[in-house]
Amino acid sequence: MTVTAPPREAAAPPPRPAPPSAGRRAATLLLRWWRRLTAMRTAIILLFLLALAAIPGSLLPQRSLSQTNVARYFADHPDLAPVLDRLYLFDVFSSPWFAAVYLLLFVSLVGCVLPRALEHARALRRPPPPAPRNLLRLPDAARLDSPLEGPAALDAVEEELRGKRYRVVRRGGGADDELSAEKGYAKEAGNLLFHLSLVALLVALAGGKLWGYEGSILVTEGQGFCNAFQQYDTYSAGPLVEGGDLTPLCVDLEDFRAEYEDDLTASSFRADISYGGPGEDGRPETIGVNDPLRVDGARVYLTGHGYAPRFTVATPGGTTLTDVSAPFLPTNQSTMASEGALKLPDLGADAESQLALQGFFAPTGVIRGGILTSVDPRPLEPRVAIIAYQGYLGLDTGRPQSVYAIDTEQIARGALEEVGSANLAVGETLTLPDGTAITFTGYSQFAALQLSHDPGQGWVLGAAIAILVGLLAMLLLRRERVFARVGPAADGAGTVLTVGSLTRGGGEGTERFAGLTDDLRAALAARAPARPTPPPGGADPDPEVPTP
Amino acid sequence: MTVDQTLEDLSNVLFSVSVGLYSLAVVAFCAQLAFGRRPAAARELVGAGAPAEPALSAAPAEPITVRRYGIAAMALTILGALTHAGVLLFRGLATDRLPWGNMYEFATGVVLVAVVAFVVLAVRRPALRHLGVFVLAPVVLAMVGIGLFLYAEAGPLVAALRSSWLAVHVSTAIMGFGIFFVSGIASVLYLLRLRHDARVAAGTAAEGTLLGRLPGAAAIDRVAHRTAVFGFPIWTFAVIAGAIWAESAWGRFWGWDPKETWAFIAWVVYAAYLHARTTAGWRGKPAAWVNVVGLGVMIFNLLYVNMVSTGLHSYAGVE
Ligand code: HEM
Repeated sequence: MTVTAPPREAAAPPPRPAPPSAGRRAATLLLRWWRRLTAMRTAIILLFLLALAAIPGSLLPQRSLSQTNVARYFADHPDLAPVLDRLYLFDVFSSPWFAAVYLLLFVSLVGCVLPRALEHARALRRPPPPAPRNLLRLPDAARLDSPLEGPAALDAVEEELRGKRYRVVRRGGGADDELSAEKGYAKEAGNLLFHLSLVALLVALAGGKLWGYEGSILVTEGQGFCNAFQQYDTYSAGPLVEGGDLTPLCVDLEDFRAEYEDDLTASSFRADISYGGPGEDGRPETIGVNDPLRVDGARVYLTGHGYAPRFTVATPGGTTLTDVSAPFLPTNQSTMASEGALKLPDLGADAESQLALQGFFAPTGVIRGGILTSVDPRPLEPRVAIIAYQGYLGLDTGRPQSVYAIDTEQIARGALEEVGSANLAVGETLTLPDGTAITFTGYSQFAALQLSHDPGQGWVLGAAIAILVGLLAMLLLRRERVFARVGPAADGAGTVLTVGSLTRGGGEGTERFAGLTDDLRAALAARAPARPTPPPGGADPDPEVPTP
Repeated sequence: MTVDQTLEDLSNVLFSVSVGLYSLAVVAFCAQLAFGRRPAAARELVGAGAPAEPALSAAPAEPITVRRYGIAAMALTILGALTHAGVLLFRGLATDRLPWGNMYEFATGVVLVAVVAFVVLAVRRPALRHLGVFVLAPVVLAMVGIGLFLYAEAGPLVAALRSSWLAVHVSTAIMGFGIFFVSGIASVLYLLRLRHDARVAAGTAAEGTLLGRLPGAAAIDRVAHRTAVFGFPIWTFAVIAGAIWAESAWGRFWGWDPKETWAFIAWVVYAAYLHARTTAGWRGKPAAWVNVVGLGVMIFNLLYVNMVSTGLHSYAGVE
């Protein structure tokens, strides 16, 4: 069904002015869009969009947090995941649409706040505006009587207000019968500081992302690493980082200690390290959770720990590898049950006689029904359960494989063959059919270390503090204007003073105004000649204050 | 370090005592409202000439029995807050640490801040005592929920939590949350009150219901705004302190961990609320809804993120 609009031609067309040029039209259109973008209403919508846009980032696994979880999600939802991936839903916080929302918001913010900043700068140099005609119409207003002459009464009010840190101007031409006062400019300044610091925060964040980098590595006691990308197990770096820019720093792990409460809650992790430039003698330092090493813009963190069981392998051919070890990753943080693999590609005579151990390590192991389990994170009774494989490990096939597991493809293909398995306590040996002896000789501990560099970090902190300061000024201060006008009293003796006030921000305006008028009354009374009747409701004249 | 069992038991007993006292306070607040005079009627007597803060400034002469209910309700609330503070105090003494190491302790602290915030408001502005039922009833529900579902034995802190930033970050987060709690309830009441007023105006509702005895809509809205304005810088500080702590504990100051993400979302929603309050077309109802959404986000952040999703904050979860 179609609805036909009534023909427009029927109405008499208004006489048209000459059509504006295309350039002008475009400018008008742009201006209109700019106004719309920088309106507060748009800002609220954009704030909402920003909040909404962040939600998928917390509900779906994110690559920046855990590649493994994303991979698992792909495995669990093979149809959905690629679609979500195309929408950047696994990289929400670096996605173009998230950036679009916050960039629009910040453009809106700058467009909204900069004109206000200029206006504020002008207002700072301008005196407070003239008093409105009818002061008694203001939200808070009062009438005070004083026996003083008009100018003298205003003098008293001015002095009192200046004492309260108001900026005061007197107006009324020759009559000098009017006064405007204002204070609380810092509220507006706070607003500007707050909003502009938000922009500064964004810039500092972006700088940190562009020039920052981060690398992680597992280091076993007695070993170390130097700050170079090829040394790290995993690293990420901003697009403007060059390999040569990296802080020259090497770190060795001397000793790692974990301590536990009676209920086995981990109470502290400490790593004794030594650090220094390449080739330098290391300086000793102890780092721990909440206590990183900070040196030359680089920070070294202890982010995890675990055990690396040690083995001595002796072949019948006479080759012996003493105390070889590999880090086993904890699969359970409360018992430190760990899994890993030790690959020995160069043990045998050729590529077909490589050896690998797939294993399970228990710092305090108990064997129940032939199965080894761990019951305590402390190394009280270390044991391993190992399965030994011989054959071709496939390390040089070009297919990437995990350091912590044996490539199951090679087993499935028959290239690797299981040749023995055993539960071993320290000192026990598994002998393989070919006579190779594998002895579990003990363990070392390893620490997961992370080296980070973020040149924007200090700036971000500075911006955050400025945000907080601006926010407090904006929310807690009030912008107050006070106006006063004097006129002759009805009976001709003395003056009637009308006072009115306008307050923005904060509450209790009425109470505060009552306090102000009380103070004004007292000030007027203090200046009044000694004889007059006490002012209504005011404090007694203060004899200490000299009368002018 | 061992946990002092006697002190932990005492803390648990005080928890039940607090719930009992708060429940009695709800009953007393109810009685005050039920037998109280309608502030609406009082306002009409005061006259239309003084629209400024009629329900707040006019403390209409209530019958003495009703005043007694009000005073008893406040006394029960304050007593409840004292025993409630005792819950945390003895937890802290039992474990020799700050009592905010897990969700049970955190949530208990939030509710305590909410109660204290209400008491401060109600002492400064007696007319706000009429909001008592609507604050204390959710408080009782929250306490029962916390006791049933979040309870965790007193225990030592995990290594990552052993930092002076625990005191700074978590204390301010608890304060901000507790204040937003009161603010959110005020906005809900504001919305209910508006609907009630509209119905009364349309003649489809009687005036004498519980809602009709609340302070006027504008006064309730002002409470919501003032508390949010108070809570927002505290929350901002809590988030910044969290980032500073994360920098030394986790190796980066911000990583979009689920908890961080939801703290950010809550912050943005409250910023939107404060803007909405000063923007034409958003004042009143829409702004109040934004505040309610803000409280929803805070609660979601506490419950969902700790209990369902996993992240670096997970150790704050239940056992
Ligand atoms: C990241 C985005 C923004 C955040 C987090 C933010 C936050 C805030 C907060 C918390 C306040 C205090 C409200 C109050 O005084 O009660 C405020 C005030 C204000 N904001 Fe924003 N803002 C943002 C963007 C904007 C934008 C885009 C505009 C302009 C379109 C804007 C204009 C203002 C103005 C004019 C005020 C003062 C309101 C008043 O004095 O009553 N803000 N802002």
